[in-house]
Amino acid sequence: MREIYFNKALNEALREKMSEDESVLLIGEDIGVYGGAFKVTEGLLESFGEKRVIETPISENSFMGVATGLAMMGFKPVVEIMFMDFIALAFDQILNHTTKFHYMYNGQVNIPMVIRTPAGAKGGYGPSHSQSLEALFIGIPGLKVVAPSDPYTAKGLLKSAINDPNPVLFVENKVLYGTKGEVPEESYLIPLNQAMIRREGTDLTIISYSRMLQLSLKVASFLEKQGVTLEVLDLISLSPLDEEAIIASIKKTKRVVVVDEGCKTGGIGAEISALLAEEAIEYLDAPIIRVGLPNVPIPASIFLERHVIPDEQKILDAVDQCLNW
Amino acid sequence: MTTKIGEQKLLEIFGKMTLIRSFEQKINWLFSKGMIGGTSHLYIGQEAVAVGVCHVLRDDDYVLSTHRGHGHLLAKGGDPKKLMAELMGKKSGYCGGKGGTQHLCAKDINFLGTNGLTAGAIPIATGVALAIKLSNSNNLVVSFFGDGASNHGNFHESLNMASIWKLPIIFLCENNLYAMSLPVSKSTSIMDIYLRAASYSMKGLPCDGMDVFSVISTVEEAVRWVRAGNGPCLVEAKTYRFCGHSKSDQLKYRTREEENAWKKRDPIKLLKMHMLDSKIEPSVLETIEEEQMNLVEEAVKYAQDDDPPVARVASSGVFLNA
Repeated sequence: MREIYFNKALNEALREKMSEDESVLLIGEDIGVYGGAFKVTEGLLESFGEKRVIETPISENSFMGVATGLAMMGFKPVVEIMFMDFIALAFDQILNHTTKFHYMYNGQVNIPMVIRTPAGAKGGYGPSHSQSLEALFIGIPGLKVVAPSDPYTAKGLLKSAINDPNPVLFVENKVLYGTKGEVPEESYLIPLNQAMIRREGTDLTIISYSRMLQLSLKVASFLEKQGVTLEVLDLISLSPLDEEAIIASIKKTKRVVVVDEGCKTGGIGAEISALLAEEAIEYLDAPIIRVGLPNVPIPASIFLERHVIPDEQKILDAVDQCLNW
Repeated sequence: MTTKIGEQKLLEIFGKMTLIRSFEQKINWLFSKGMIGGTSHLYIGQEAVAVGVCHVLRDDDYVLSTHRGHGHLLAKGGDPKKLMAELMGKKSGYCGGKGGTQHLCAKDINFLGTNGLTAGAIPIATGVALAIKLSNSNNLVVSFFGDGASNHGNFHESLNMASIWKLPIIFLCENNLYAMSLPVSKSTSIMDIYLRAASYSMKGLPCDGMDVFSVISTVEEAVRWVRAGNGPCLVEAKTYRFCGHSKSDQLKYRTREEENAWKKRDPIKLLKMHMLDSKIEPSVLETIEEEQMNLVEEAVKYAQDDDPPVARVASSGVFLNA
């Protein structure tokens, strides 16, 4: 099968949906001739024109509101926030408007909208261009949050997100943009709410997503040679969590390490730990170990960044700790 | 005050303004009796603005509103019964009790929401206007907001986008001189907010928000401009809220003299004087006033008799099922 880059897979998903459905529009900064800061929208302005690829001034909160207004009127906007850090500027619209209208207007409107945004550290972008902020969004009612870990998932998942009649936050990873994977030519969808076992094992489950999922798979391959088999569960959906898949895997392996790139405090790992403590504590043979960012901003220097961002060694240490408890 | 509006239309305008006044006075009373919870921001004193604007609009035009939105909804043609039921948290309310005063939507009349965040609706209204433009329709949007909102990033960002995209939208600033307690003189770099339109290459028009004819003629000019495809317009209605910002307001930041001076220009009194001068019989106006009060009483009765929403409503409807 052909292999394509992660950002190209996303680009194909957008192109296919825009061709199929005239109500799908793109809106964001530098998504036209420039093709988006990470080239996800490259070539789409040329194909679909300015009425479908709407370039905005640097006005994040207001263009999030504009997209919400478009969605209320029956369009399906796909918003690009250039770096996830900048989503702070649009937080009011997402929190108080986009995600609340369907509920608070008692179903009179729905907001079919996707917010795409690149997250994660990529070697020196520094404190305001490296954050993984998805944990700030999983507690917002009315918002689905997903994050793919490979090109195949990225394409099918983005199409499902566009098809969904609700707001979906679609978190992309900057390092993953430059990774390749098999993507069929034929059309397919990946469901928004299902975790996937990427590797089966019996000794311990690593729960992760996005780029950290790929690092977790490397750790699992490394340990297999030493006779340890890890199960690796790709969450894909961070809100809602696929609780059934998570608990099923923990019942099987009885040990768990949760790996994500956001801050440990109040993070995705914290939420999964709470879920397991409530629903599955009797199955656990060892404490839950979280791997995440310590509560510090992400320093710019690559010599410093590597000390705070989770890597294979940190994951391996956590697995060792859990297995040897 | 001069006008070419016919007598029948004038009576309708008077009726709507009176309805809003009676409705809000009733809300004030119900609130004081603990029969309505939360908060309420009364529109008393500003009735000429909502009614004047909506008089000029077509039914298929859109309105987005503010935290002080009961008047906008009623002026757009909203049902006082469904509004009252919503404010009392009952099941037949516009939003089944989920929205309340600051989160009211009546999609059937193209009223796309009051809004609990100052300036929160301005970008959404801009998006509605973009949708209209992309759909090649010739209706338009009115985005209401106050003087306080004109200092918000949403205002500046949205006016800029509406101008570069030439959107069919009227930004309608109701300058009632105070953002909660802070006077325009202390909050705003300019006293005439309509002049801010110039920064966005936009038409800007002021009007006397206490004089419904001034509102109507100004908004007519704005509507002509916008429907002709010239892009947006910023209209500033200079007005005054007769009550406090909300229920907790002790009005320490303004003087009784100032209030009395504005109350002499009560928009309903001014209209009434004009109508009496135009030889409309006082008994006709009294009948209308009575009718509107009856509508409000019927709304109260309807809302009181209405059932509360069932418990499961609270935890359902977060997502639309695909």
